[in-house]
Amino acid sequence: MGGTEPDTVRAEPVEAPSLSSSDAGKKEGPSTGSGRTDSEILFETLLRLGDDSLILGQRLGEWCGHAPSVEVDLSLANMGLDLIGQATHFLNAAGDCEGQGRDGDKLAFHRDVLDFRNCWLVEQPNGDFAQTMARQFLFSTWQEMLFGHLQGSADETIAAVAAKAVKEVRYHAELSAEWVIRLGDGTDESRARMEAGLDWLWRFVPELFEMDSIATEAASRGIGADATLFRDDYDARIRAVLAEATLEAPKDQRPILGGRRGHHGEHLGHILAAMQYLPRAYPDATW
Amino acid sequence: MVRAIRRSKALPLGGGDEQVRIAPRSEAMPGGHGDLFMGGGEGLRQRETPAFTPPQPLPIKGRGLEAIWSVLEGVPDPEIPVVSVVDLGIVREVRPDRVIITPTYTGCPATLVIEQDIRAALNAAGYRDVAIDTTLSPPWTTDWISESGKAKLHAYGIAPPSLAPTATCPQCGSTDTEEVSRFGSTPCKAQWRCRDCLEPFDRFKCH
Repeated sequence: MGGTEPDTVRAEPVEAPSLSSSDAGKKEGPSTGSGRTDSEILFETLLRLGDDSLILGQRLGEWCGHAPSVEVDLSLANMGLDLIGQATHFLNAAGDCEGQGRDGDKLAFHRDVLDFRNCWLVEQPNGDFAQTMARQFLFSTWQEMLFGHLQGSADETIAAVAAKAVKEVRYHAELSAEWVIRLGDGTDESRARMEAGLDWLWRFVPELFEMDSIATEAASRGIGADATLFRDDYDARIRAVLAEATLEAPKDQRPILGGRRGHHGEHLGHILAAMQYLPRAYPDATW
Repeated sequence: MVRAIRRSKALPLGGGDEQVRIAPRSEAMPGGHGDLFMGGGEGLRQRETPAFTPPQPLPIKGRGLEAIWSVLEGVPDPEIPVVSVVDLGIVREVRPDRVIITPTYTGCPATLVIEQDIRAALNAAGYRDVAIDTTLSPPWTTDWISESGKAKLHAYGIAPPSLAPTATCPQCGSTDTEEVSRFGSTPCKAQWRCRDCLEPFDRFKCH
């Protein structure tokens, strides 16, 4: 099982931008929140949702043919498929909303690192199987709660995709929680690996609940969700699973923020290099 | 990635078009989604799906909705060819000028193939002017798989979706079975094993 050990990754996190500098990297519109139009807020919201799913789906695809067993291989590939499906819907809708003739493919394959709006958690390397499952557990638990709220979004595409995908994401959350328990309450080796995976990924959790000005506006306009509403539920569920896994929650660490504004680690560029190579090298290629 | 959503503005929201033919449903839809489909009334009667036959060009003169349904019943699911797209509940609605379909899973790779197969079948039957719209809402559920579809799945070796804690082995009929993996050969199925005959089998996940 290949992957980057946490120690080699450790050098890379950048300084977290302060929460108030929410307009860094914002390209359109005036910098005050009230100056943004509905469609600008919707576009950014759709990009955040779509990029989370796209990048994690691509990450899971890296396991294809490499998982510990064929059943696990199928699980990882199928979760990746679900996520790519979400991304397709969200990014196509983002392209429609933008009205510049870009579709989901264009947004996925022809943007560069600074234009991606995914959170840091999803771009983290697969590491070993324990780290991959720890990442899935932390993300899918959050995404299930997020989609639960987004089913009531004022935007009908977001509401429809959330209502459809939440059933699939519930499965991802259950599957990854089972593996956290199995590995955490397993052998010394599996336990140590799960602890290391959780310890590395823990610093990326606060970003999931960050409410910058775009997220706040999206929530106030009924498009997006106020993630702070389900923070307590999230913490409770994570801790319940960790308790069953006989694991202690890692100590809180300095949070890494900024993905929503285009600040990413070195890993995202490598993901994009693999993901975007073909459509960029052969722009007219079709299936 | 391919474009999967084209907005169809026209889910039948009640009352309206007598001509609208409602997709068969094996059981009442949970959570009140069903209300969205309560058009017309008599359109809701249970539909008997004939045994699966390969797609065949139909010499259709009329433009009846029955004829379009017949064409669709001849379109097999690309992953599970023993059932049709109608059996699986993928076809939600047929109108004189359009067919409305819904994907099973968000990322189901067969979604595009299904649309292409339906397009080809409609074209072959002379319905080039009938459009295909895809809608996500209300989300597809295994409750929409018809009873005959479930029987065909079982006969094919796939345990149909069920809330029962154990699956019935499609090979030997035993209920002494266990889940091996939550994901099977496709996103919609889990991998199971029979403890009696020891054969592995797919079980359609409840969704």
